[in-house]
Amino acid sequence: MGKSNIDDIIKKTNASLCIDCGECTGSCPVSRVNVHYSPRLSVEKLLLGYFNEIKNDDDIWSCLTCGLCSVRCPSDVDYLEFIRLARKEIRKYTNQLNYSHNRILQKTMEIMVQGQSQNRTDWINKDLRVSKKSQYLFFTGCLPYFEVIFEHLNIHPLDTARNAIKILKKIGIKPMVRNDEVCCGKDLLYNGDEDNFVKLAKLNKKMIKESGAKKIIFSCPECLQTMKEIYPQYVGKMNVELIHITQLVDEALQKEKLHLDSSKTKKFTYQDPCALGRGLEIYDAPRNIIKNIPESELLPMEREREDSICCGPSAWISCTNYTKRIQFVRLGQAEKTGAQVLVTACPKCTIHLSCALSADDVDYNIKLMDITTLIAETMKG
Amino acid sequence: MKSKKTKQRKTKGKTQKKKTVKTKKDIEPRIITFACNWCSYAGADLAGVSRMQYPPTSRIIRVMCSGRIIPTFILDALTDGADGVIVSGCHFEDCHYISGSKKAEKMIESTKKLMHLLGMDERRLRFELISAAEGAKFASVAREFTEEIKNIMKEKHGKK
Repeated sequence: MGKSNIDDIIKKTNASLCIDCGECTGSCPVSRVNVHYSPRLSVEKLLLGYFNEIKNDDDIWSCLTCGLCSVRCPSDVDYLEFIRLARKEIRKYTNQLNYSHNRILQKTMEIMVQGQSQNRTDWINKDLRVSKKSQYLFFTGCLPYFEVIFEHLNIHPLDTARNAIKILKKIGIKPMVRNDEVCCGKDLLYNGDEDNFVKLAKLNKKMIKESGAKKIIFSCPECLQTMKEIYPQYVGKMNVELIHITQLVDEALQKEKLHLDSSKTKKFTYQDPCALGRGLEIYDAPRNIIKNIPESELLPMEREREDSICCGPSAWISCTNYTKRIQFVRLGQAEKTGAQVLVTACPKCTIHLSCALSADDVDYNIKLMDITTLIAETMKG
Repeated sequence: MKSKKTKQRKTKGKTQKKKTVKTKKDIEPRIITFACNWCSYAGADLAGVSRMQYPPTSRIIRVMCSGRIIPTFILDALTDGADGVIVSGCHFEDCHYISGSKKAEKMIESTKKLMHLLGMDERRLRFELISAAEGAKFASVAREFTEEIKNIMKEKHGKK
């Protein structure tokens, strides 16, 4: 790595403005459980030009990319951007990352890059009404793949997609679901694999253009954030409206297009997904939905909104004891509220937290539920 | 005159292309066989020692247990040039590690689902239970699977 590359990273991330205050390390959920990990030190090493040290550290791969440090930094150093650029550079020297799930998720994405026709719409059964041509597009993301890969966790990520279609039908939207969509590629980008990310982004852009959609509805906040914030940097503007399903439902509730019935469980608490919360600043829409369920109670967790803790590993790398401990802390906080159900709005939160719940040596008295499932179960009529 | 010349060149190029395609058709399929150390690899050994004839299409990779195989190995093989993959383990009750081949069976199921999602032909992957005494079975599986892969390749070729 040349000096020009380091200068480039410093310039793009405002790293030279770092005042060495340590706010990032103090906030970092990884630093809490792993004393050797320090975002501040990584940035310092970069500023001093110790690239070889950064290269050989595991530190750069331990970051959860939750964005808590970027939000809190008083000097506006973009640590997320720093991680992304540094990983891209380091990736040139090594391919041996600490992949989780045996690299299967990265492998499926790499196969998707080739653009061959998939069979990803098999989950649509007769009960679900989807149209071939509509101005609304429902972006499934990797849910069909999660359904197969995380079978052992007894979760059904595709139910999220099915329920989303049901909810949209209630609101009066008949969306199309495309077979030629591919993964949004965020995980590859944060693995440092920029080339394949750009290829995926181009494929998705082409798909959206061909579909003629004007509004794309997402159930996965990561896909939404990637398309909204990262795609324009790589493949140009998309000229479509991108919206999360909770925003749509919240709107429908306010306009009284949709009514919720009371549910068996009364006490809920909500986990802010990093991409939806800190990334897109959608905090109130999902909370309003839960509050709209009659007789229900939304109990605040110890750390929520901007201060919310990440569900654990990101980009399907570095699933370690440390991330497991972060998940246990989060589940403990959720249980402490006295809620019966922990609602999340991100498939990755569901996967990671249910993995922690299924551990042998812990016993948390709380259930997990995706917000689309909750809405679909309590919808009237 | 010029246009004629270019036309000739074009036709030349076309015939050349066709020729290369024809030769591709005749290429033997490449098959990766993951064989477990305790049963299937010994089975393959027996097939060799007993001089049973089977096509030289499969490259055998010895693993300690078929339960060690993960979907990524299979997808890596298939995307890096293999036309088919056989995963071969002990019979369920004979597994050296008690439940390895059962694990492998589950893994194969989910890999097939993934292959279906990704638009790959599921027939390119096969799971077999071959014990150390079944040299003949190993040879016949290799023969059958080679034929099947050849058919799949022909089908694919016909479609194009």
